[in-house]
Amino acid sequence: MGPSVTLTQAPPAAATPRRRPRRAPRRGTLVAWAFLAPALLLFLYFKFIPMAKGLVMSFQEIRYLDSTWVGFDNYRTILTDEAFTAAIRHSVVLALGTTAGSLVLGLVLALLIEGPARYLWFVRTAAFLPVVTTMAVVAEVWRIMYHPGDTGMVNSILGWFGGDPQPFLASEHSSLLSIMGMSVWRGTPYDMMIFLAGLVGVDRSLYEAAAVDGATTWKRLRHITLPALRPVFWILFTLAAIRGLRVFVEVYVLTNGGPNGSSEVLMTLVYKLGFQKGELGVASAGGILLFLATLLLTVLVQVMRRRQAA
Amino acid sequence: MMRFDSALGLEARRGPVATAVKVVVYTGMVLVFTGPLVGLLVSAFSRTLDPTAFSLWPDGFTLDNFVQAADKNVYHYLLNSFVVVGFGLLLQMLVSVFAAYSLSRKKFRGMAVVMLVMLATMMLPEEIIAIPLSLVLADLPLLHADLIGTYAGMILPVGAWGFSILVMTEFMKEVPVELEEAARIDGAGELRTFFTIILPLCRPALGVIGVFGFTMIWDQYLLPLIVAPEPGMWTLPIALRSLRSDEEVGIGVLLAASLLALLPSIIAFLAFQRQFMRGLTSGAVKG
Repeated sequence: MGPSVTLTQAPPAAATPRRRPRRAPRRGTLVAWAFLAPALLLFLYFKFIPMAKGLVMSFQEIRYLDSTWVGFDNYRTILTDEAFTAAIRHSVVLALGTTAGSLVLGLVLALLIEGPARYLWFVRTAAFLPVVTTMAVVAEVWRIMYHPGDTGMVNSILGWFGGDPQPFLASEHSSLLSIMGMSVWRGTPYDMMIFLAGLVGVDRSLYEAAAVDGATTWKRLRHITLPALRPVFWILFTLAAIRGLRVFVEVYVLTNGGPNGSSEVLMTLVYKLGFQKGELGVASAGGILLFLATLLLTVLVQVMRRRQAA
Repeated sequence: MMRFDSALGLEARRGPVATAVKVVVYTGMVLVFTGPLVGLLVSAFSRTLDPTAFSLWPDGFTLDNFVQAADKNVYHYLLNSFVVVGFGLLLQMLVSVFAAYSLSRKKFRGMAVVMLVMLATMMLPEEIIAIPLSLVLADLPLLHADLIGTYAGMILPVGAWGFSILVMTEFMKEVPVELEEAARIDGAGELRTFFTIILPLCRPALGVIGVFGFTMIWDQYLLPLIVAPEPGMWTLPIALRSLRSDEEVGIGVLLAASLLALLPSIIAFLAFQRQFMRGLTSGAVKG
């Protein structure tokens, strides 16, 4: 607990009550930095130094303690290697599918559940539980539910509706889709809650005016409710897309990229390369690329929002 | 008579059709979103040897799974998790309130840069830096300490969290400055003013960053995975993966351990629900 120790020493405890006005601003600055020091130190050590190190390593080939400068070779490897391009493709598909699914379902559910009744509060709380549940547990539970035999839980439910048993995670064709299903299940209540908060802000008198004008529910929804939710929508979209691109735990626990690489995403591949094969340079380049994608996505969404608002 | 409290007005509609739709939609939602978790709860207390037997209906109540869990070190992993979340949350909350005090109360050169740094850390998910972070943890620059296989290695990296700092900063801006100035005129030092005047006024916000911090640290996966290579230091979430592959004990221990890993975050959420929703809708929830 080093940082808190430095902190208790840092603020000038001996400060005299009768301060001289000329020195006051400097003392204030010192105190300000002292209170910020623990946060900045921790960020420096565990965010910025690793980031810088990752950037340097991404241009190196690292064998044991030796490292040689290789320029953009690692990036070239990633962008041309078949396993990597497949992983990037899976990451994008998973991110888009999860984002779209959660947004649409979250919006529909938010609209259905909007209202002041007391029992709706219960429904909302119950529906929100997946969001606060530890990801590793969610993934283990879904892994069991996705059991490919006809006794598996999801297959039993499919059976009630006359569906054939599906292999889910066990098949190359459905593994990515199955992971997406679980992620949508966990992402939907979160989006629903944020949409609900956005719905509170919609001007009620507009609904009334629309009713006076004889507008249908659909028209009211399209011209009043949805435009009011636009800012919320973009925030959720950015958050979900970034979360989707960097997905790791879900895939690591459910399939670990299998079967046959069909659900390998960028982060699981980076993890395998870095920690199991010792390819630190290539793995770092993968991390940097993911960071650039995240950055690009955020900037793009911001620009689009500005343009729409203007 | 029409009502205008909601966009669709489904909840306000009366009549048999509307009632039927409401019952189907609302019970459907509860079933879909809590079903898997209820299934876990029920199955963890059932005699389940068959790995597919995961159901909402109890099948012979038993505590066997939890007894067997002890042989598989589940309670040791649980203890590790509690150590990490306990000290991690304490550190994170302290760091956050200190930083927020500075950002909300003081005016100094470089403040805009510091704010930018905080936001930048929120844009930087730990997945991206996992590989270099593991090297940094193995040999801290300047200090040359090896944190691999230690609690500190799992605690320090979560000590500073941009979200907590920003939520706390926003809240502290609302706390009136007059009280603090009065204390200072009475001769109270910086730290005393902070602990006796500011902190007690921030209790609602402490609830928010406390419950978010708890869920955030409890949910850590990649960090313990790179810090704890030996089973002795595993936290419960990363131990789950090794419990499932055990043939002799079947799926029961995995279910019991999963339930134990699930309960603390659910309890924290239910107990601090109001604070949780407030933090969620403050619009700043990231990473």
